[in-house]
Amino acid sequence: MLRAMLGEAWQAMGANRLRTALTMLGMVIGVGSVVLMMAIGQGAQYAVAQTISTMGSNLYIVISGSTSAAGLRSGGGGGPTLTVADAEAIAELEGVVNVAPVHQGTQQLVHGANNWSSTVVGTTPPYLDARAWTIVAGYPFGDSDVRSATRVALIGRTAAENLFGTDDPLGQTIRIRQSPFVIIGVLGPKGQNLDGRDQDDTVIIPLSTAQRKVFGTPFVGSVRMIMVQATSAEAMPAVERDMTALLRQRHRLREGQDNDFFIRNLAAAADSAAETTRVMSVLLGAIASVSLLVGGIGIMNIMLVSVTERTREIGIRMAIGARERDILAQFLLEALMISIAGSLLGLALGVGGALLTNALTDMAIVISGGSVLVAFAVAAGVGIFFGYYPAHRAAALDPIEALRHQ
Amino acid sequence: MSEPVIRVVALGKTYPTAVGDFPALRDVDLTIEAGEFVAIMGPSGSGKSTFMNLLGCLDTPSSGDYFLVGRNVAHLSRDELARLRNRTLGFVFQGFNLLPRMNLEDNVSLPLVYAGIDRRERRRRARSELDRVGLGEYAGSLPSRISGGQQQRVAIARALIHSPSLILADEPTGNLDSQTSEEIMALFGALNRDGITLVLVTHESDIAAHAARQVRFRDGRMVSDQPTPKAPATC
Repeated sequence: MLRAMLGEAWQAMGANRLRTALTMLGMVIGVGSVVLMMAIGQGAQYAVAQTISTMGSNLYIVISGSTSAAGLRSGGGGGPTLTVADAEAIAELEGVVNVAPVHQGTQQLVHGANNWSSTVVGTTPPYLDARAWTIVAGYPFGDSDVRSATRVALIGRTAAENLFGTDDPLGQTIRIRQSPFVIIGVLGPKGQNLDGRDQDDTVIIPLSTAQRKVFGTPFVGSVRMIMVQATSAEAMPAVERDMTALLRQRHRLREGQDNDFFIRNLAAAADSAAETTRVMSVLLGAIASVSLLVGGIGIMNIMLVSVTERTREIGIRMAIGARERDILAQFLLEALMISIAGSLLGLALGVGGALLTNALTDMAIVISGGSVLVAFAVAAGVGIFFGYYPAHRAAALDPIEALRHQ
Repeated sequence: MSEPVIRVVALGKTYPTAVGDFPALRDVDLTIEAGEFVAIMGPSGSGKSTFMNLLGCLDTPSSGDYFLVGRNVAHLSRDELARLRNRTLGFVFQGFNLLPRMNLEDNVSLPLVYAGIDRRERRRRARSELDRVGLGEYAGSLPSRISGGQQQRVAIARALIHSPSLILADEPTGNLDSQTSEEIMALFGALNRDGITLVLVTHESDIAAHAARQVRFRDGRMVSDQPTPKAPATC
């Protein structure tokens, strides 16, 4: 029975090839654009997720407050309000895993005849853990290096390439502000951050060394910023609250006085970036879905025309014993075949388009089995939904009226 | 004696119109026994087409009862009527009504598709019915490739495929020339001799002359019911 009906549906589709092809084209474009747009949207989400994961997760940055001198106010980080002791106190709070005071700035690096301007980060060992930064060669510096202000450095890939070319940087000496530093470790690559800055263009040195030899400091133990990592996203609000209370108490701020520090939530920034791309990909999918809808309406339109044209045929079929459900199934099957055939072609087109986009641009593309499956299921649903009304109209015809139809 | 194939009692059909109900058929009583060959005659508007639609289970009556092989079908559902049209009746139309995109074998076997019979069996029975009407060699051809007379033979083969109790033919020779008409009537005659009950609507008396019994309609009523005169009007 099903086989006979499939054969008939195939014949009916073949009876007006151009019309069937054009109807199918609606579905091809609809499914193709949904698949392509979802691939692009998911690609963007993937790229952002990659970037976020290089920042480190659940991070806060505490920045010292501003100062004002002769009417000029410095920005955040300008005032000497945070200390290493603050950082050590924060590390005692519940829900905090890693705390690293940070002093960073741009400095000229010199190696032999080469020189390169790069970001120099003075910090303590927990910094690498907080940023989830790996060492691909050599080893990191330890607490003893920070205590005794040794002149050792970890170098990022971009800085290394610019100073050493293809040579191995390990064990080489670079100079920063006239002080020689021995490179003891090479950092793993991270790529760009959310602002588009190259995170690999960096050198990490012990905080004490940075303050004494490179940046100078208003007084020993002051820091401009402290990086704080919470144990989990859920723990973050409590950590922020406790940290604020702790720092206000330590800085002896009275009720009503402004904070002399700023707390920035990097996770919030990451979340908003992720949310932006998520919204973008939903929007792309929604726009593409409209074309799928239009394709479905095209099927409905053609099926209605087909039912009208074949009214007499329906009458004949009823006269020789077709039940309503036979006629319904026949037209529904036809609509379904058109939409499924269109979907398969659209799927190929969408995946092809996505691969082409990937090849021609550096846009990230993610084709997930889920999105393909969803597109296919939606297309089949469209076939049934938009095919049902015409099929129902055909099935509800009065046999006598249908037979008289010319 | 076995059940009559058709027994209608006080059968009536009215159609609603803008100016009130129009009685297309009034108070018809008729019994047709198995193996009979009946011609239904009458001018257009006499109600004979309405009567045929009721006999063919394409429509349901407004009043009265219709017993098809003993079963009252006056108030059956659409699906039950479809089942009767499929198994118990065979239709032959004036315009042949073959499906143009299907070859003759598929056309003939289509009623079996709706009866849920498998492909091999459909094929076997379609071949044997096509052979019976003398068109076995054209099984794979499309209807447009054969003549009108041949198409009507295919339509008869389709009507026969389910070995129905009754074949209803509505002006089966209306679109055919007189030579071909005679051939088709000869085929009907042969089928009737094989024991098939035939009811035929026509307005041509020389076609009606092939039947054994003639029923006339006028203004929605049955006005006469008599055996065909012994001296047929053959030219």
